[in-house]
Amino acid sequence: MTDSAGTNLLQVEHAGRDFDVSRPWLNRVIEGVPRRSLRAVDGISFSIRKGETLGLVGESGCGKSTVARMIVGLHPPSRGRIVFDGADLADPASAPLRRRMQMIFQDPYASLNPRWRVSAIVAEPIVSQGLAADRAALPARVAGLLTQVGLSPEDGDKFPHEFSGGQRQRISIARALSSNPEFLVCDEPTSALDVSVQAQILNLMKDLQDRLGLTYLFISHNLAVVAHIATRVGVMYLGRLVEINDAKQLFEQPRHPYTRMLIDAIPDLQMSGKARIPVAGEVPNPLAPPAGCAFNPRCPHADERCRSELPALLALASGGAAACHAVVEGRLAN
Amino acid sequence: MGAPLLEVRNLRVEFPTRRGTLCAVDDLSFEIAPGEMLGVVGESGAGKSLTGMAIIGLIERPGRIVAGEIRLEGERIDNLPAEAMRRIRGKRIGAIFQDPLTSLNPLFTIGEQLVETIATHLRLGRDAARRNALGLLAEVGIPAPELRIDQYPHQFSGGMRQRVVIALALAGRPQLIIADEPTTALDVSIQAQIITLLKRLAAEHDTAVMLITHDMGVIAETADRVAVLYAGRLAEIGPVREVIHAPRHPYTRGLMSSIPKLGEEHERLTQIDGAMPRLNAIPPGCAYNPRCPERFERCSRERPSPLPAGGNFAACWLYDR
Repeated sequence: MTDSAGTNLLQVEHAGRDFDVSRPWLNRVIEGVPRRSLRAVDGISFSIRKGETLGLVGESGCGKSTVARMIVGLHPPSRGRIVFDGADLADPASAPLRRRMQMIFQDPYASLNPRWRVSAIVAEPIVSQGLAADRAALPARVAGLLTQVGLSPEDGDKFPHEFSGGQRQRISIARALSSNPEFLVCDEPTSALDVSVQAQILNLMKDLQDRLGLTYLFISHNLAVVAHIATRVGVMYLGRLVEINDAKQLFEQPRHPYTRMLIDAIPDLQMSGKARIPVAGEVPNPLAPPAGCAFNPRCPHADERCRSELPALLALASGGAAACHAVVEGRLAN
Repeated sequence: MGAPLLEVRNLRVEFPTRRGTLCAVDDLSFEIAPGEMLGVVGESGAGKSLTGMAIIGLIERPGRIVAGEIRLEGERIDNLPAEAMRRIRGKRIGAIFQDPLTSLNPLFTIGEQLVETIATHLRLGRDAARRNALGLLAEVGIPAPELRIDQYPHQFSGGMRQRVVIALALAGRPQLIIADEPTTALDVSIQAQIITLLKRLAAEHDTAVMLITHDMGVIAETADRVAVLYAGRLAEIGPVREVIHAPRHPYTRGLMSSIPKLGEEHERLTQIDGAMPRLNAIPPGCAYNPRCPERFERCSRERPSPLPAGGNFAACWLYDR
């Protein structure tokens, strides 16, 4: 992959993750069925530069959340490696590096402990990572964090149920920022929110990035949101990266047929009256992925090679990279 | 426009709670013409689903309709006994809900559920109902219906299940379908398929649809007219083009500009500060006034009724001058 400018904060190298979805042991013995494993993510490579926002888009089940969880260490990768600031995260010696990353989850109703006061929630990373030299300074730090995300210091005495969805997501962000991380993994942070609140959170995330120099991995199924916030965008399909490019390039000149399909499927708010090409078919079962390119059953450009040979993610002359035989062979008109 | 198919007049839905009565739908009025697709948008808690539930008579206790009336072809349906309402539901008004998995009974095959619905509402024999069901499944785009009709809901994917739910909603040949967030649980590519399908079938069957959604994009592609709800009240109603391109109510304007759009680059999105008020703390006057950039003295004192504003009606004192 091209790393033209900036230094890489994070590199994902041929990472993959399998999940064991076998029947219980007794069933396997009696029915004679073998173990089965689901390949959630396979052979993914990308890098994130310092200070940028990499957006990751795809439909449900494409493995984008698994990638997020592999990076923060909730699911260690089955294959490949993840390098953060030059150190392999699988190496036990790299444990202190984990303090420099935090995660924001989709559902602000499930990710905050309802029995804890907001101040305790926000202070938890500071306490658990032993970052507070002085306990007496903790309340002031929490107040500062709450102010930073647009809440008031008095909100620290309340419980999560006293807040709306948008305010809860602000609390999640304050908690994520409390250990002074450089890198935030955001898994659908605005998907559970209403649009007007989503705009508030997206603006807040941009402001914080400018002010604190944060690097984001921003995962979403909403292309318009990703187009707004990301500097580069990767598109995933059935566990693989099918295209990655600068956000502007990717949305103006999508190369992979799947990216084109996704962009075409966005409801047209401008009401230009353009005829949309209805996309046939659905995402295949990841337990039995099709041979060759996983997108071939739905792809209008699929040929014999697509049905037998897995396309590699190749850098394109126009910038970015795509995993598509048709693009590489020049079979696709632009 | 001739006589409306559905008329909602001054509808008010309340929930008594230990800490006082909450008014979830407040003085809401609108009409749906035969064959029309009315989009209903609003943020969570705006009362859009509750309005749909009120129309099909399925408001969960202790919620109840305390004022106003709902008329289907001129006949009141909001005060009907449960048995009479049951005959209207499914036959004259169909429903599609967000989660197709909960709308289907997991213990019966798709065919059994369709045949029962068709046999009940159209008074057909089992064989005729089954032929009818096969036709419906083919119509909603389910491949190999002869094979699929004897399968259970869990054997279908999310998109296919929603197609089955649409087939069920159409089974009684209703005049009106209440579609509550029919595409929200689906992926974008499937969402596009379902919207296209719903739009085509509604046109072919000349069925009116009340499409409830929080997604303005879905509305822009399908609806003829749009009603925008805020805190249980109607903020604005008008033809889809007008509401999207020339919104009159400050709330609709804020809502439209807070949606990120492809092909438009902004460093920041326009945001509406604050959040929709909770039902127990709706401010006096216009419910939107504390967040409104254009409010003036009258807004916090008097509640506006929908007033003519361009091609729309907007509940805003800006248009009473």
